[in-house]
Amino acid sequence: MAPTPEQIKRERLYEPLGLTTAEYDRFAELLGRLPNYTEMGLQSGMWSEHCSYKYSKPILKTFWTHNERVVMGPGEGAGVIDIGDGMAVVFKAESHNHPSAVEPYEGAATGVGGIIRDIFSIGAKPVASLDSLAFGSDFTPHNQQLIDQVVAGIGGYGNSIGIPTIGGEVQFDASYQQNPLVNAMCVGVMPKSALQKGAAAGAGNAIIYVGAMTGRDGINGASFASSEFTDEAADRSAVQVGDPFMEKLLTDACLEVTRDHRAALVGMQDMGAAGLVSSSAEMASKAGYGVTLNLDLIPQREPNMTPFEIMLSESQERMLLCVKAGHEAEILAVFAEYDLEAVVCGRVTADGQYRLYHHDELVCDIPVTALTDAVPTYTTTPRIPAALAHPAPDFVPVVADATATLQALLALPNIASKRALFSRYDAQVQTNTVVLPGDDAGVIRVRGTHKALAVTTDSNGRLLALDPYRGGAMTVCEAAANLIATGATPLGITDCLNYGDPRKPEVYYMLQESARGITEATRAWNTPVVSGNVSLYNETSGEAIAPTPMIGMVGLIDDLSAITTVGFKQAGDVVYLVGQTGDDFNGSSLQFLQTGQYAGRITGFDLPTAVATGQAVLTAIQAHLVTACHDLSDGGLAAGLVEMAASNVLGARLTTSLTNAQLFAETPGRFLVTVAPADVAAFEALVPQATRLGPVGGNQLCIDTCDGGVNAPIADLIQTQQEALAWQLA
Amino acid sequence: MKAAVLNFPGSNCAEDLLWAVGPIAGAHAEIVPATATDLTGYDLVLVPGGFSYGDYLRSGAIAKFAPVMPALRAFAEAGGYVLGICNGFQILTEAGLLPGALQWNRDLTFICEPEPLVVENATTAFTRRYTAGQVITLPIAHGEGNYYADDATLTALEAHHQVVLRYQHNPNGSCRDIAGITNEAGNVMGMMPHPERAVEALLGGTDGLGMFESLMEVCDGAYA
Amino acid sequence: MYKAKIFVNYKPSVLDPKATVIQQTLTRLGQTNVDSVMVGKYFELVLQGNEAAVNEQVAKLCSEMLANVNMETYRYTLEEVEA
Repeated sequence: MAPTPEQIKRERLYEPLGLTTAEYDRFAELLGRLPNYTEMGLQSGMWSEHCSYKYSKPILKTFWTHNERVVMGPGEGAGVIDIGDGMAVVFKAESHNHPSAVEPYEGAATGVGGIIRDIFSIGAKPVASLDSLAFGSDFTPHNQQLIDQVVAGIGGYGNSIGIPTIGGEVQFDASYQQNPLVNAMCVGVMPKSALQKGAAAGAGNAIIYVGAMTGRDGINGASFASSEFTDEAADRSAVQVGDPFMEKLLTDACLEVTRDHRAALVGMQDMGAAGLVSSSAEMASKAGYGVTLNLDLIPQREPNMTPFEIMLSESQERMLLCVKAGHEAEILAVFAEYDLEAVVCGRVTADGQYRLYHHDELVCDIPVTALTDAVPTYTTTPRIPAALAHPAPDFVPVVADATATLQALLALPNIASKRALFSRYDAQVQTNTVVLPGDDAGVIRVRGTHKALAVTTDSNGRLLALDPYRGGAMTVCEAAANLIATGATPLGITDCLNYGDPRKPEVYYMLQESARGITEATRAWNTPVVSGNVSLYNETSGEAIAPTPMIGMVGLIDDLSAITTVGFKQAGDVVYLVGQTGDDFNGSSLQFLQTGQYAGRITGFDLPTAVATGQAVLTAIQAHLVTACHDLSDGGLAAGLVEMAASNVLGARLTTSLTNAQLFAETPGRFLVTVAPADVAAFEALVPQATRLGPVGGNQLCIDTCDGGVNAPIADLIQTQQEALAWQLA
Repeated sequence: MKAAVLNFPGSNCAEDLLWAVGPIAGAHAEIVPATATDLTGYDLVLVPGGFSYGDYLRSGAIAKFAPVMPALRAFAEAGGYVLGICNGFQILTEAGLLPGALQWNRDLTFICEPEPLVVENATTAFTRRYTAGQVITLPIAHGEGNYYADDATLTALEAHHQVVLRYQHNPNGSCRDIAGITNEAGNVMGMMPHPERAVEALLGGTDGLGMFESLMEVCDGAYA
Repeated sequence: MYKAKIFVNYKPSVLDPKATVIQQTLTRLGQTNVDSVMVGKYFELVLQGNEAAVNEQVAKLCSEMLANVNMETYRYTLEEVEA
C-alpha cells in the first residue's frame, strides 16, 4: 500500500525523492491540501533540476537567444534557424553523463536516442549526430572499458538507426576520472512549413501514446520508493535500454504524421526525463489547457505497475501526440503501418487540471501549473575560488629541442588523432557527408540545394577551470573557428552546461562567469543560443568536474564549391599563419607536458580580434583564395602543421621569427591556411593579419625559428599523431 | 534498366541506393517494401544496407522470412540480377542465395573507413566496367562483415571465379580477404563495401559508380 | 506443453573473437586454468503440442532460423511444463 498523505508529511517521504520541505509545503499550498503519494511523485519528477532547471534558470535567462534568423529558440524540443530556400536547420544537444557512468553502453546509446527524438518531434528529419565526450586521463582498465563501451553504445545506436555521426570531440582530464561526460548532439533539416510544437490544445482533443511499452526502467527516485513496498526489486533494473530499431520506425512514422497529416496533428513531444508526466504536463501547460489520462490504457511491459511508476518511467522510444478529435483513427493507422503500438490514452480538458485515472480511480487531480510554472528558482551567492583569485605565476617554458617536444605533444591523448574511436561510427549513411570526422568540423550537404551545413562540438574544461569568463567566450570562439575553417558562416549554438553542485558558491561562480563569457561571445559572432540542456551535480566525493560548457555550433555554407578542409593539397601552395602569436602558455598542452598540470591566468585572448581574424579568413575562403584551412588550438602552430600534413602526407619548409617555445603557444584566434601561388597577392590584400611561412612540399616538416626549429620526416610525426591514442588504449 | 531497391524495416541505405542508381547513375529505380510479393518487371533488385529488423537474432536472419523473399528467390532463380550490399549481403547469405556467412569483425568493433579493394573478376555483370586487378576504394561500414565459409566452399568459390572483390588490407578478418562474391550462375552478388557511397566526387570519390554502370550496360545493351 | 531450451554455438572451426577476448581477460585476471571459452546464445520457447511434433518443430526452427548452420551448431532439450 502506498503511504497516506499524512504519512508522507510526517515521515518526510519527499526527501529521498529530492524535494525539500519548503518545496513540499509550497506544492501542498498550491493544491490546497496534502498531496497523495502519486501527486508527490509527479512533483518530485517535475520539480527536479532536469525538468525544471530550478538552479540554472536564472543563468539561462542571461543567454542571448534570438536574432533575425531564429525561427524557434529555447523552450521547445530543439532550436530552429532559417537557412533560406524555405528550409530550416534544427538542432539540440543533451547530456547523458550519469546514466553513462552507471551503464556506459546503454547510457550512451539512450543519450543518442533521446536527442534524436527531440529533433523529429518538431518535424525535422535527423541528418547528423555528433558527440562530445570527456573521460579521465588515467587509462586504468576500468576507464578503458568505460571509453570502449561509451563509444560502442553511441555507434550501436547511431549506426543502426542510420544517422551519420559526422563529428565530435574527446577530452581527457583527471577531473572526469569518476565522472565522464557524454553529450550528444543531433541536427535535423526540414521545410520551415513543417514546424510543429509540443502543445496539447483544444478541449476534447485526443492524447495518443506511441512506441515502446512502459516498464520500470529509469525510475530513479521511484525505483527506490517502490522497492520499499514490494519484494520484486532484485529482478529490476533502473538502467534504460535503447532499441534503435524501434526508434527508426518511430522516426519514420512520426515524420510521416507531421508531413502528411498536419491537419490532424496538434502537437507532439518526446517522453524524455520524467517520461509521461513531463511530456503531458508540458504539452498542456504550453497550450494553457488541462489533460486527463487513463493509465490503464498505457501499454505496460510489467505487471502491477503503480501510477507513480507509469508516470515517471523513463522507458525509451516513446512519443506523446495531441491529435484533433475525430482524427484518431487516421493517425493510429499510420503507426499501425509501421507495426508500432499506439493508443488513445487521454483527452485535453479546458479547465487546466491534470487528472489521472488508474483502475477506475482518480489518483491525481491537480492544476497543471503546479507541475510546471510553479517551480521555484534558486540562486546561490557566488564566491570566486581561491585558486582563481590568486593565480599561479605565468609559466615560462624552455624548449631546447623543438622536434622532440613536438613528438611528445603529438602523443598526448588530447592532441593525438581520435580516429581509433570515431572510425567506429558510421559517418556516411544518408550519403550527404562532404567532410568526415577528423577535420575541424563535419560538413553535410543539404539535398536539393547548393548549400551545406557545418557542425562542431567544442568544450575545454581545463581553460574554464582557470578562467570561466574567458574560457566560456573562448569555447564559443573555438567552435566558430572550426566552422570558419570549413568555409561556413556560424549560425547559432546549442549547449550542454556540465557543472558540479550549484549550491556551492564556487560552482555557482563558475556557472555564472562562464555564462557571461558565452553570452558576450555569442553576441560578437551573431550566434544565438537556440537550445540546450544542463547537467549539474557532476561530482565525486565532493569534488566537482572542471566547469565544462559544451558548445555545439552549426554553420551555413552557401556554395558547395567553397568547402575547405584541413589537409595540405599540393606542393608549392604557400602556408600562412593568420593572427598574432604571444607568450601564451598558461593552460597550454606544453605546460601540461612540462609540469604535469594546467595553471596560471589565461592570456592573449581578445574577443573583437578573434572575431575580426575569423571573418577575414572566412572572406578569403568564400573568395576561393584558400586551399586548406585549420584553426589552431591544442599544441599550437607546430601541432596544427602536422594535422594539416596528415591527410595527404605532404611536408613543408617554413621560416618564422617566432621562438621554439612559441611554436607551441596557444594564443587563441589563430588560423593556418594555404594559398595557391597564383592567389598569393589577392590573399595578402584581403587578409593583412597573415604572415607568410613558406611552401608546402617534400617529405620533411622543417620550421626554422629564431632559436632553432623543427626538422623531422613528416611520416614519423604523422604516425605518432595517428597511432598514439590507439597504443595507449590497447 | 529498371531497378527495385528493397526496403526492410530497419534498412537504412535504401534511400542512398535509390539516389545513386536513379539521379546519379541515370537508371530508373524505385523503393519496393519488404511486404511486396512480386518482383516481375525489374532488371535488377538491390538489397540495401542497414539493420533489418534490428539485426536482433543475427544480421539478416529475420529478413530472410520477410514476405518479399519468395519473390526474390524466384527472381534470382529466373536469372534476374540481384546485388546485396552490407546488410543486403548478410540477408542473401542467410537466405541461402549466396554461400557462406558474415560474422563479427575480427576486432569486434564496427569499422567505418575507406577501403582499397582489388577487382578480382571484371567479367561479371556487376564489374565489367572495371579491369581485372584494378584497385578501387569504397567505404565499408559494418560490425559483422567478416566473411566465413568452410574450406571446401572457399575452394569452390575460387575455382568458379566467384570471388569478385578482395580487400587489399583485410580490415575484418574475412576468409581469403573476401569482400564480395557472386553465386555460381553469376547473377547474384553480395558485398560488404558500399558502392552507393562512392558515386559523387563531392562526397569523396566515384569508384563505386562502375558497378551501377556495369549493370546498366548489361541490362540496357548498348549503354554508352 | 513443452519448454524447449536451445543452445546455439559457433562451429569449432569458426573464429570466435568474443570468446578469445574473454579468455585473454580471464588469463590476465589470473584464471590461468581456463582452457577454453565458448560464447553462445540461449533461447527458451514454450510450445503447445505432443512431444514428437514439438521435437520436429523445434529442430526445424533451429536449423532455419535460430541458428545459421553455415557457421553455428545447435542442441536443445525438451521438458514438459504445466500450462
